[in-house]
Amino acid sequence: MSSPGSTDTSLADYMRPVLAGSHVTATAFLDTTAVFALGDGTVILANGETTSRLNAHDGASILVAVADGKHLVTGGDDGRVMRINSTGKIEEIGKAPSGAWIDAVAVGPDGAVAWSAGKKAHVRDGKGALFTLDLPSSGRGLCFAPKGFQLYIARYNGVTLWFPRTQGTPKEVAWKGSHLDVTASADGRFVVSTMQENEMHGWRLADNGNMRMSGYPSKVRSMSWSHDGKWLASSGADAAIVWPFMTRDGPMGKPPLELGIRPSRVERVAFHPKAPVLAVGYKDGCIWFIRMDDESILQARSAGEGGPVTALAWSGDGSMLSFGSEEGSAGVLPLPKV
Amino acid sequence: MSDKIPVTVLTGYLGAGKTTLLNRILSEQHGKRYAVIVNEFGEIGIDNELVVGADEEVFEMNNGCICCTVRGDLIRIIEGLMKRKGKFDAIIVETTGLADPAPVAQTFFVDEEVQDNARLDAVVTVADAKWLTDRLKDAPEAKNQIAFADVILLNKTDLVTPAEVEEVEARIRGINPYARVIRTVKSQVPLSEVLDRGAFDLERILELEPAFLETGDGHDHHGHDHGHDHHEHGPDCGCGHDHHDHDHDHGHLHAHGGGGLKHYHDEHMQSVALTVSGDVDPEKFIPWVQDLAQSDGQNFLRWKGILSFKDEPRRYVFQGVHMILDGDLQREWKPGEKRDSKLVFIGKDLDKAKLQAGFEATAA
Repeated sequence: MSSPGSTDTSLADYMRPVLAGSHVTATAFLDTTAVFALGDGTVILANGETTSRLNAHDGASILVAVADGKHLVTGGDDGRVMRINSTGKIEEIGKAPSGAWIDAVAVGPDGAVAWSAGKKAHVRDGKGALFTLDLPSSGRGLCFAPKGFQLYIARYNGVTLWFPRTQGTPKEVAWKGSHLDVTASADGRFVVSTMQENEMHGWRLADNGNMRMSGYPSKVRSMSWSHDGKWLASSGADAAIVWPFMTRDGPMGKPPLELGIRPSRVERVAFHPKAPVLAVGYKDGCIWFIRMDDESILQARSAGEGGPVTALAWSGDGSMLSFGSEEGSAGVLPLPKV
Repeated sequence: MSDKIPVTVLTGYLGAGKTTLLNRILSEQHGKRYAVIVNEFGEIGIDNELVVGADEEVFEMNNGCICCTVRGDLIRIIEGLMKRKGKFDAIIVETTGLADPAPVAQTFFVDEEVQDNARLDAVVTVADAKWLTDRLKDAPEAKNQIAFADVILLNKTDLVTPAEVEEVEARIRGINPYARVIRTVKSQVPLSEVLDRGAFDLERILELEPAFLETGDGHDHHGHDHGHDHHEHGPDCGCGHDHHDHDHDHGHLHAHGGGGLKHYHDEHMQSVALTVSGDVDPEKFIPWVQDLAQSDGQNFLRWKGILSFKDEPRRYVFQGVHMILDGDLQREWKPGEKRDSKLVFIGKDLDKAKLQAGFEATAA
């Protein structure tokens, strides 16, 4: 494993800082525009040297945000769900009852959007039809299944698997404990959650086989699939913990890779959309790029101002990385052509 | 610990006056901004952008600790509030009248992110002077809330006679001699008495020499036959169930120091205060409290201590809820300050002799 040397530090010189000034809840790219959803309720759009700030959740805080490459969907502690495009057009697409917060959002096929507020999950499909599901406990994490029109909802004691357009009781996969975030493998075979108890839990849907992915010193709050679906990277340790999913059984009985070991906790992970390269954001503000095949490292940002990295995203073509931090540092790093 | 946001937990049985207190906190001009987590919307008469509804979702933790429950909704809400860091000074958590305070308190010791960002400042229990005595007989939740409290507002004192106030305060003292009891009408209290207490209330506990704890009549109260069946306690936290079918009016009524205070000893909930003169050895103390948490933690509703560690200029301050412990080194001992080590316990079936022997064995 190489260490970041003097030739690598030049990469950080390409970083274009963005003055966020507030907790960066999430970042994403809408085509070539980097967007930052912030704890002060605003959204920053940054394209090249041009930045603008939108007042998306007036006086409130953006708690969750997710994007599909064309739209950013934000959920706030004002109970509102907003959709924003790269031109800065904002529309309200959902609203929770007074006093409720939006706890999770997800984007799905054909412009579908899902959100949860307390013990209710909602899906609005691309045509605007709204579906609502009552949950046994608060929906903490949401994601759409890779195929079909199905929503996965992480909650206490399991994950609900809901087809909004069909009647009847949704299916569930159960595991005792509080499940926080949820993700699905691109081939639809695996559902993986992060848990309150410093571990991840996976289910093989074909036979409801359980996979415990434990040993983390802290809660796992970030997961990312490699572009080929073979690896799932996770935060929560002093290295990115990367589980192998290339075989039928997933990571059962196999040790994970530990990439980018540093004396600081990994807060965010983001796989490059086209290459086997993982971006890792640490608690001390440092960001590393790690190449999977030889574990070589490039330093994209040195440890420093702004506190823990809270958001990391690649542009769709993989030519740019955006990041944000707990104390309001943010930036866009265009990768130099190699 | 100073940059952690103080959290005040507001408990109290139904109708005791919690909402009145909450509305007062929010309407008074004190220059502080509060984020308020409430269990029932609409009761808050004040417009505050930072009022959020709680779901009272009690989650069991799979961490091998059978008592370990947390409030999942609080973890989620505090995580969200941290995105507004700097926009508010303190958090108030209102619980329902029937809520068990243990999962609320444990949340602040168990969840790493919550612990990094917030600290439990005080549990404030509002009690109804007219009805508390009855509730202590028929509602185990009410007794738990009194046992858990750092500050107790003995409210609605205008609705009872002075003798009745004395009576109910003695009942409270029989359960929890360490809480600060403030008599109020319509929950009117200087807010500095209930908010941002910091270590102050803990200090007070340990400076207190609770005369009412002395067994003035010279015999062991735990050995009494109270003439009724004791309950079997199941393998859980021992909190919030089934202790409500008989009258506990068997208190030891003895005059004390001329004050004429009644002394009640609740046979379900006791307190024990222990002192070791001088230093304890952390190499012995820490393993002892950890073992004690495992063996007896189910019976301890709250336990707290200020310890003088050998060769350590700072005071070690800790508190526990059931099996969950949280402690750190705080301010330095002042010159001339007597370096004693003190522990207090509030809980069930406390074996004072065993606790004292165990504590003394950790002396340096």
